Amino acid sequence: MLVLAGAVTWAVWPDDPDYRTQDARIIVRSGPGGDEPVDLDTRLFLPDGASATDKVPAVLLAHGFGGTKESTYADAEDLAGIGYAVLTWTARGFGRSGGQIHLDDPDYEVRDAQRLVDWLAARPEIRTDAPGDPRVGVVGSSYGGGLALLLAGQDPRIDAAVPMATWNDLAGAFLPESTGQGPVEGVFKKTWAGLFFGNGAGSGLGALGELPTGVAAAGVTAGADPSCGRFAADVCAAYQRIATTGRADQAAVDLLRRSSPAAVLDKIKAPTLLVQGTADTLFPLSEADANARGIAANGTPVRVAWFTGGHDGGDGPQSDRDRVKFLMAQWLDHYVKGTGDTPATSFTWSRITGFNALDRGVVTSGYSDPAYPGLAGTSSEAVTVSGPAQPVANPPSGNPAAISSLPGTGGGLSSFVNGIVTDLPGQHARFTSEPLDRPFDIVGAPTVRIRAASPTGEAVLFVKLYDVDPKGVATLSSGLVAPVRLTGLPADIGQAQPVQVTLPAIVHRVEAGHTLRIAVATADQAFATPNQPAVYTVAVPDDATAVTLPTVTGEPIASPQVIWRYVLVGLLAAIAIGLAVVVLVVRRRRSRHDTSVHPEYADVPLRVDGLRKEYGDFVAVDRVDFEVKRGQVVGLLGPNGAGKTTTLRVLMGLTNPTAGQIHVFGHQLVPGSPVLSRIGALVEGPGFLPHLSGLANLKAYWAATGRPEAEAELDRALEIAGLGASVHRRVKTYSHGMRQRLAIAQAMLGLPDLLVLDEPTDGLDPPQIAEMRRVLKRYATDGRAVLVSSHLLAEVEQTCTHVVVVNKGAIVASGPVDDIVGESPTVQIEVSDATAAAGVLGQLAGVRSVSVEGDSRQLVVDTNGTARSEVVAELVRAGIGVERVVPRRRLEDAFLALVGESSSGSGDR
Amino acid sequence: MTDLQAGAAAGYRAARTLPIRAEWRRQWSRARTRWALGLMVALPLIILIAFQFDNGGDDDNGGGEFGSLIDLATSGGLNFTLFCLYVSATFLLVVAVALFCGDTVASEAQWGSLRYLLAVPVPRARLVAVKLVVALGYSGLALLTLAGTALAVGTARYGWEPLRSTVANEIAPGAGLVRLLAILGYLAVVLLVVAGLAFLLSVSTDAPLGAVGGAVLLWILSSILDQISALGAVRNLLPTHYSTAWLGLLSTPTQFDDVVKGAISAVVYATLFWSLAFWRFTRKDVTS
Repeated sequence: MLVLAGAVTWAVWPDDPDYRTQDARIIVRSGPGGDEPVDLDTRLFLPDGASATDKVPAVLLAHGFGGTKESTYADAEDLAGIGYAVLTWTARGFGRSGGQIHLDDPDYEVRDAQRLVDWLAARPEIRTDAPGDPRVGVVGSSYGGGLALLLAGQDPRIDAAVPMATWNDLAGAFLPESTGQGPVEGVFKKTWAGLFFGNGAGSGLGALGELPTGVAAAGVTAGADPSCGRFAADVCAAYQRIATTGRADQAAVDLLRRSSPAAVLDKIKAPTLLVQGTADTLFPLSEADANARGIAANGTPVRVAWFTGGHDGGDGPQSDRDRVKFLMAQWLDHYVKGTGDTPATSFTWSRITGFNALDRGVVTSGYSDPAYPGLAGTSSEAVTVSGPAQPVANPPSGNPAAISSLPGTGGGLSSFVNGIVTDLPGQHARFTSEPLDRPFDIVGAPTVRIRAASPTGEAVLFVKLYDVDPKGVATLSSGLVAPVRLTGLPADIGQAQPVQVTLPAIVHRVEAGHTLRIAVATADQAFATPNQPAVYTVAVPDDATAVTLPTVTGEPIASPQVIWRYVLVGLLAAIAIGLAVVVLVVRRRRSRHDTSVHPEYADVPLRVDGLRKEYGDFVAVDRVDFEVKRGQVVGLLGPNGAGKTTTLRVLMGLTNPTAGQIHVFGHQLVPGSPVLSRIGALVEGPGFLPHLSGLANLKAYWAATGRPEAEAELDRALEIAGLGASVHRRVKTYSHGMRQRLAIAQAMLGLPDLLVLDEPTDGLDPPQIAEMRRVLKRYATDGRAVLVSSHLLAEVEQTCTHVVVVNKGAIVASGPVDDIVGESPTVQIEVSDATAAAGVLGQLAGVRSVSVEGDSRQLVVDTNGTARSEVVAELVRAGIGVERVVPRRRLEDAFLALVGESSSGSGDR
Repeated sequence: MTDLQAGAAAGYRAARTLPIRAEWRRQWSRARTRWALGLMVALPLIILIAFQFDNGGDDDNGGGEFGSLIDLATSGGLNFTLFCLYVSATFLLVVAVALFCGDTVASEAQWGSLRYLLAVPVPRARLVAVKLVVALGYSGLALLTLAGTALAVGTARYGWEPLRSTVANEIAPGAGLVRLLAILGYLAVVLLVVAGLAFLLSVSTDAPLGAVGGAVLLWILSSILDQISALGAVRNLLPTHYSTAWLGLLSTPTQFDDVVKGAISAVVYATLFWSLAFWRFTRKDVTS
C-alpha cells in the first residue's frame, strides 16, 4: 500500500525546474579576420544557486544540422539539473541566428563558439580556471559533435568534449571508399548529401541531433542565390560540383577537410568521450574510430561508446540512452566539474537482441571491454564464402538500384526490417558460406577480398555482408554497405587481382545454422554510380575466400533492470514472512482466548447476558438476558422487528454484539466459536444451493462441517423433513414450505444439543405445523434444548415450555409458559357503555379499568383481587349491560401491551 | 496451547471444516463452472475449424512485430497454442478468472447458504482461504485446459513443429514447450490481479454478477487508461500495463525485465486485494 502510494506520488509529482533560463542575442566577431559580426540566438541555463559567490562549471551544447537552440532543450535541462550552466545557441545560418552556413568552418562556426567561451568567462556565475578561461565542456551531436571536436582542437580552454554521432573527415564521410583510397576516388553518398543540402534534412536523432526542419532553406534572405539558400557560396559551389559529377575534386575535398576534426586531432588536449551509433549510414563507426585513434595518439584520455542508434536508428532504446547519459555525466563531472573518480576508458557497446513486447521498440544488451580495441576487434574469426565468378550489370544512370538504407526517414528501424533491403537480380553477385556451426558475435569491421573485371577498366561496386537465416531471409546489419571504386581492371576476370575491402563496422550476432553471404552489387540508391551501362564480372580469389570477422568478448553490462528481479524475490519473501507473522499472531491470539468454562453455565445450553447490538445510531437490541436449559423449548416471542432475528444472528456468530455475553454450555460464544457446532440453526429462512437436490444439499452441508458422515443422522433428518421422493428434486423447484422443512432438517443434522429455529412454521400448512410442534417437543427430551422465535402467540403457547417476550429490543416478560399463560388479575369485559362502566368500576377499591381504544364496548379491568362476580354484579347494579366476561392470561397481557403501545414494532431487525 | 476445540460437538475440528474437496465438489456442481471449462475446450476447436476456412486472404492483422503470431498460428501445435492464448488472454481468460473468483462467496451470500456455513461453524478465515484456493484452482484449470486442448488439437492438426515468431529464431519444440509453460506461468500471475479484485468484490457484495462484472469492468477500464499515452509513467502502475509482457518470452534471448515488473505489479495488487478481502470478511457482519 505504501509502496503504491509512494509510486503514485512520485509519478504525479510536478517537476519543479531547478534552473532558470536567460535568452540573449549575442553578437560575436569571427571570420578569417575575426572582424565579421554575426548575431547569435542563445539561451543560458543557470542551475538554482549559481551566483558570483557560488560559481558553477559550464557546458556548451551545440545542436545538430538543421536544428536550433530549441532542439537541445531537453538535454540542456538534464545538464542544468546536474549542476552545469548550459549555453545553447543556434548556429550561424540557422533559425534566428545570422550569418551563413560554413559547415563548422574553423574561421566561422568554431570561432563563433570561441567567442561564446569568452562570453561565458565574463559571466560572474561561471567558474574560471584563469581570467578569460572558463571551466567549460562542449557537448554536441552530429553537426554539433563536429563543432565540439573542432572547438576542442582550436581552443585550449575546453576542458572536456563529448562529441556524438559525428564525423572525422567530412569528405570521407560523404565520399567513402572501402579499399583505402581517398575521397577523390570516393563514391558520392548522394541521398544523405541531398538531404543535408536540401530543405528536407532530418534524422531520428531528435533533440540530440538534427531536427526535420526546413530552416536551412526557409531562411533564405532576399537577393541571395536561390540555389544555395543560407549556405556560404564556397560550400554551395563545392556541393554543386560534387553532386553534378558524383566525383569530388581536390578543391572540394580540401574545403570539406577544413571542416573535419581529422586536421586538428593532434591538438586536442581535452579528454574526449566519443559516442557513435551503430545504426548510422551517414557517420558510421569508422568515423569515431578515426577520431579515437587520432586523439589517443596525443595521450589525451579518450573513451568510446557505441549505442544502437545513430542517424538511421535515432536515440536508441531507453537502456542505451541511460548508458550514454550516465557516461556523459561521469565524464563531465570528473573533467569539468572536478568531482568523481577518473572515468575508466573502457569500451562499451550494445547489441539489439529483440523487440520489446510492450512499446514495440528494440531491446538491447550492453557489453564492455577494458580497452577500446578498434575496428579489428580483440580477435578475429574467418568464415569461408565461395561462389563462381558472376557477371553483374551496371544499370544506366544507376537506376534501378538496390536499396540498402533509407536515409533521412529516421524511422529508427528502417534498416532492420526485412523486406526493405533489396538486391536486384542481374545486378549483384553472391558468395555464400556453409551454415555456421556456432554463433559469431561480430564487433568491428569485417574484411573480405574480391576480384573484379570490367570492359571499361573501372567499376563502382557495393560490397555487403548478409546474415541469412535457414529460411533464406537475409539481414543487412543497419543497412551498411561498403562502396568501392576499382580502377585499372582487366576485362578478363582470370587476370583480375584481389583487392581487400573493409566492410562497415557493425555489432551483429550471427546465430549458428545461419549462413554468411557476401553480395557485390553495381548500384545503390544511396550512392552516385557511373551513368554508363556496363557488365562487370565479380569473383572471389580462388572462388572461395575468407571473410575476416572481428570479435570482442565483452563483459555483459548488468542491466539496471535486474534490480527488479531482486525486488520480486524480496517482495515474495516479504509476503511469505508477512503471512507467517499473521498466522502466528492469529494463533497466539486464539490460544490466549478465554476457553475456560463458566462453571455455573456448564450445563446450560444457552445463557444470554446483557446482549446489545447497535447499528450506528440505531439500537436493534437494547438489553436481552435469558436462559435456555436442557429439556426446554423456549419461545422467543415478539412482534416483527422486536430484535428476535438480531439476537439469533449474534447467537449464530454472524454478527458481532456491541455488548453482552453469550454462553453455550459455559463456553463464551464469539463468531466462529467451536461450540457453535453444538447448535443447529435456521435463521432468516432457508439457504440452499438451488441447483442441487434436497438430499445433495444436506450432504453438501454435512460435508462442509468436516464431521464423520455417520454422525449426521441423515435418515432421521429426512424423516422430519418428510419430503418423500421430492428430496431428489432440485431445490429451486421446491415450494416455500418444502424449503422450510428441508432447512429444519438441515438444522437437525447431527442432532445438535441446541436447536435454534427462526419462525420455523413459516410457510407450513396446519397439519405440518402440528407435526412440527410434536417434533420440537420430542427433540427437547434427552437433555437437548430448543429455542424458537415467533411472532405468533398461539404458536409459542402450543409449542414451548418457556417463553421470552421481547419488544423494542428488550425483554418484556419471561418464564414458564404455564406461569405466564396462567390466569391474570385482569378480565376483558364487553359492556353496553364502556365509559359509564369505567366510572362505576373506578369507585371500587383497587380496581383499575382501561377502555380499549376505538371500541366503546370493550374494557380491560384489573380486578386487583376483587372477585369477578362482584365486579359483574356492581356493573349490573349500575344498569350497565354486561355482554361477555373473558378471563385474561398474563402472556396475552404482555403481548397486548406491546401491540397497544406500538403495533408496528420498533423497526425491521 | 489451550484446547482450540473447547466445547465443540464430537467429531468437529475447525481445521477440518469445509474441506477443499467438499468446496471443489460444491463448485463443480454448478453449471457455470462446467460451462466455463467447456468453453476452454471448445475455443481451440472453434479456432481450428475456423482456420480450415482460411482462403489465404491477406489480412492486415496489425500488432507490429508480434502481429505475425496470427500469421504463424497454423505453423505447428505450439504456435497454435500461442495463438489461442494470444486471443483469449485479454478477455476470455479474464472473464473466466473473474467468474471463478467473483462468484464463489457472493453466490453463497445470495443463496443464503453463507450464514449456514458460518454457523457450522467454518472459521471465517478458513472459509475465505478455502474458497480462494478452490477458485484459483479452477482458474488454473481453465488456463491449463485451454492450453492443453489447443496444444493437443494443434499438434494433431499442424504437427509438432518448432515455435516460430518474427522476433526470434525458430525455437526447437522442446525448448518451445518450456517457453510456452513460462508464458502460461506469467499469464497465471497476471490474472492474479483479476482474481484478487473479483474476490474482494465477492466478499463485499451478495450479488455475484456485480462481483464478476465489476472485476471485468475495472480490468477493461485499466486497459483503456493504459492506451492513453498522455498519462505517462502513471500507466506503469496500472494493473494491466504489463499484461502483454509475456510476448517478450518469445524473443531470443528472453526478455525477462518487463515480465519481472509485471509479476511484481500483479503480486502487489493481488496481495493487496486479498488482504483487504480477508480483513473485510473476517470482521464484517454477515447480513445476507
